[in-house]
Order: sequence, then structure tokens, then C-alpha cells
Amino acid sequence: MVNWIVKFFSRVGEPFTNALLKLGFASRFLIAILRHSTTALVRFRLTLREIWFAGVLSVLIIAVSGLFVGMVLALQGYDTLVRFGASSSLGILVALSLVRELGPVVGALLFASRAGSAITAEIGLMKATEQLSAMEMMAVNPIARVVAPKFWGGVISMPLLAAMFSAMGIFGGYIIGVQLLGLDAGSFWSQMQSAIDFQQDVLNGVIKSVFFGVAISLIAVFEGFDAPPTAEGVSGATTRTVVTSSLVILGLDVLLTAFMFRGV
Amino acid sequence: MPIPAVEFEQVRFAYGESEVLRDVSFTVARGEVVAVMGGSGSGKTTLLKLIGGQLRPKSGQVRVDGEAVGDLGESALYAMRRKLGMLFQFGALFTDLSVYENVAFPLRERLSLPESIVNDLVLMKLQAVGLRGAAQLMPNELSGGMARRVALARAIALDPLVMLYDEPFTGLDPISLGVTGKLIRELNDALGSASIVVTHDVAESLAIVDKVVFLADGVIVAHGTPDEVRASDLPFVKQFINSETDGPVPFHKPAAPYGEELGLEVVRG
Repeated sequence: MVNWIVKFFSRVGEPFTNALLKLGFASRFLIAILRHSTTALVRFRLTLREIWFAGVLSVLIIAVSGLFVGMVLALQGYDTLVRFGASSSLGILVALSLVRELGPVVGALLFASRAGSAITAEIGLMKATEQLSAMEMMAVNPIARVVAPKFWGGVISMPLLAAMFSAMGIFGGYIIGVQLLGLDAGSFWSQMQSAIDFQQDVLNGVIKSVFFGVAISLIAVFEGFDAPPTAEGVSGATTRTVVTSSLVILGLDVLLTAFMFRGV
Repeated sequence: MPIPAVEFEQVRFAYGESEVLRDVSFTVARGEVVAVMGGSGSGKTTLLKLIGGQLRPKSGQVRVDGEAVGDLGESALYAMRRKLGMLFQFGALFTDLSVYENVAFPLRERLSLPESIVNDLVLMKLQAVGLRGAAQLMPNELSGGMARRVALARAIALDPLVMLYDEPFTGLDPISLGVTGKLIRELNDALGSASIVVTHDVAESLAIVDKVVFLADGVIVAHGTPDEVRASDLPFVKQFINSETDGPVPFHKPAAPYGEELGLEVVRG
């Protein structure tokens, strides 16, 4: 009977302990990455290559999505604001939503699916084809040579992409608000300028995107490195990167927003 | 007596509960090529990983050039690996780098040489494996045999003391097979290194090696020169060399009685 109860609880607790174990491994992995980051920073060309793959190649999807999200925000916002005679505040609405929230969050979700999955797949396949082992046997540390540059490439790209998302979104809002709906361009921009606080709004948005960048990059490189060296293993790891990153982004967003904007 | 290039002394290793190697002892001197043979899952690849320090022995010592690999810390381990070159089963070339850059990789990463010397060394190594003409190709443009030769050029880029070969003959056509065997022998003699070749390929390896070590169930069951091995009376060695399907290594994995699993026993009872 006692045996049965022990078995029952260990079965119930297993997913939890597994998750905790993985979190522990990921934390130790982060420490290992930080310890071996000298190469990535001194030989910055290695990191630049990763910024190209993770960041520059994500520009198109980020820019187009940003533009459309900004346009939709303007259309929806105008419809509501005009009822209260506040249509001239459309610029504030669009810009605030974007720099505080949508730029970092939607940008990060897109970044996780576009770049995070690619990073996981690349590292996972390098492991499956013994390229990482080969590196190790050549006395080259794969964490320093492969993982750390990818990590920093992601961390550096994320805030820049989030900023680009917001900028394109604001431009989309301008096209709809000023060009299509005929709002006054002067009041659209000047109200936006006076209502948005650099530290409170813009900087907090940047801080958010830095946190998201660290989270996505860590999850992506960790899942790749931890993937079983089989076709199934790599595909599972790629999926986990996207799912885990998305959940972590949204969870972190709640936390960060609670800290940043309480009482405002 | 000179220090052996590689020395196993009473090495035991286990993955969790299952013991892979038991009391394995042998030495490889400089200039020697040693084949390690045994069925799949007999612990051959584990042996290579123990030499490279990717795994550590449960007890006993693995020494490379007199240094106990199992006791080394991270940085000392990386320093020790500079004495090793390893050819992986499928080459493990970096797919995003050209053939030239693959061979240049260890030179660039570990030494800071002027570009002109890197260029000379890369061309020399590629010439040694006969693939100077493929320098600008990408790994996906190479055949399996060529990829393995490029990987060999990369492995010898820094003139290692010990060369490790993981199944170098698997999946090669007869010509590439002969070329690879010849290269292993010639490079070993030219570099004065020690080579350990893990393989199933009896004919090809007996033709080029100085010594053979037979592993079965994690124990060395026989060792000797190719001639001694050919003349051996041990049933396992005979089965292996003559590729007989049944013998001490059974055709059937141990299982419940066949009839019982088919339900025949029940019908009769």
C-alpha cells in the first residue's frame, strides 16, 4: 500500500521534477555561456554572422508584421476614439501600444518562431552529425565557438527588431490615420511626441525586449544543445523552442509590466 | 622504455547500470596502428571517447602520452586534446564551411599563424589525401569517401600524436576503401603517430595494422598481430574473421522460448 502511494506521487510529480531539472540545466548552461563569451565578443565577426542569420534575415517578417499591426491598430483605434471626439489622439494610442507592449511582445513571438527555431535546428543538427564532438576533439570548445556567438547574436538582434517593429507600426498608423482617414499630420505627430515619455515608455519597452532576447536565445541554444541526436529529437527540440519561448515571453511580459507600470 | 602513446590500465566503464568495459588493458606505441574489433555494441566507440576525455572511466586509468585523461580538469583536457586527431564515422565536416575552410579550421582556431602559412599547410594536407582539387567545394558536393578524406586532412592538420578512427571503412566503395586504408597506414608512418582504428572491416584492417584487439561484451578476448589473429583457434575470433552468422556471438538475441511466445506451448498443455 505504502509502495503504491509512493509510486503514485512520484508519477504525479515526475513532470514537475523533470521541468525543475531542466531549468537547473538551463541555468548552468547560461553560466557556461557567460563564462565562455570572451571568444564571441573578442572575435566579434563570429557574433556578426549570427546577427545576420538571426537578426537581418528576420527584418522582412518583422517589418511587414509591424506595418500591418500598426495599420490595424489605427483602424480599430480610430473607430473608438471618434465616438468620443478624440480622434486626434490616434497617434498616441498607436505609438503607446506599440512601444510599450506590441513591439517587444509580438516582435519577440515572431523572433522566436523565425530565428529561435532556426538556431535550435542548426545546433541540434550539428550535434546529430557529430560536428560538435569533432570540434571538442579538436580542442575547440563548442560552447565558446558555436553556442555563445548564437546566444549574443540573438540578444543583440532582439531589441533592434522590436524597435523596428514599433517604428514600422507607427508608420502604418500614420498611413491609415493621416493619409487614409484624413487626420491632421501635425497634431498626429506632435501629440504623440508630447504624450510619450522616453524613460517610462520607450526605455521600458527596450528593457522588455532585452529580457525577451535573453530568454529566447537561451531557450533556443539550450534546446539545440540538449536535443537527442536523431531526426525526431531535433524536430521535437525545435517545436519546444517555439512553444516554451512563446509561453516564457508572455509570462515575463506580465511580470515586467507589473513592475514597470504599477500605479501609473 | 619509452612512454606509450596510449595506455589503458584496468579500465572499467558503465553507462548507468550496464557495464560497457571491464578490466580493459592494452598499450599503443608510437608508430603503431592498432585495430579494435568487435561486434556492434561491444564498447569500441566508448573506448575512443575515453581517450578523448568525452567520457571518464569508472575505475582504472586511460593515459595519453603518460597523462591520465580521467583526472584532467577542463582546461588541461582541452590542452591534452591538442595531441589527438579524430576521424568520425561520417566525417563530421562543418557543413557551412568549404573544404578549404574545414581543413583550415583547427589551424585558425588553435594557432595564430600568418594567412600564407595557413594556406600552405591546408594545401599540403589536402595534397596528402589527394583532394587539393576539391579545396573550393562545399561538403554537400562531396561523395562519402571524399568527405571522409577531407575529414582526415582536417584531423591531421596539426600533426597529432594519436590518431583515432571511428569506423573509417563503413559505407565506402571498394576503391575508397583501399584508398582510406592506405592513407591510414601512410599517414601514421609519415607523422610517426600512433593510430587506433575502430572497425568491423576485417580484410581491410588486417592488411594495414600492426596489432588487433578483439572486444566482446566489454572484455578483451584476444589480441595479437594480424598473422596470429588469422591463425587463432579461439571460436569468437574465428567466427568474426570468417564472418560466420552463428557461433559464440549468437544469431538470436536471448529471448523467451519461441514456442511459448507463439502460444504453442499453451495449446499443447
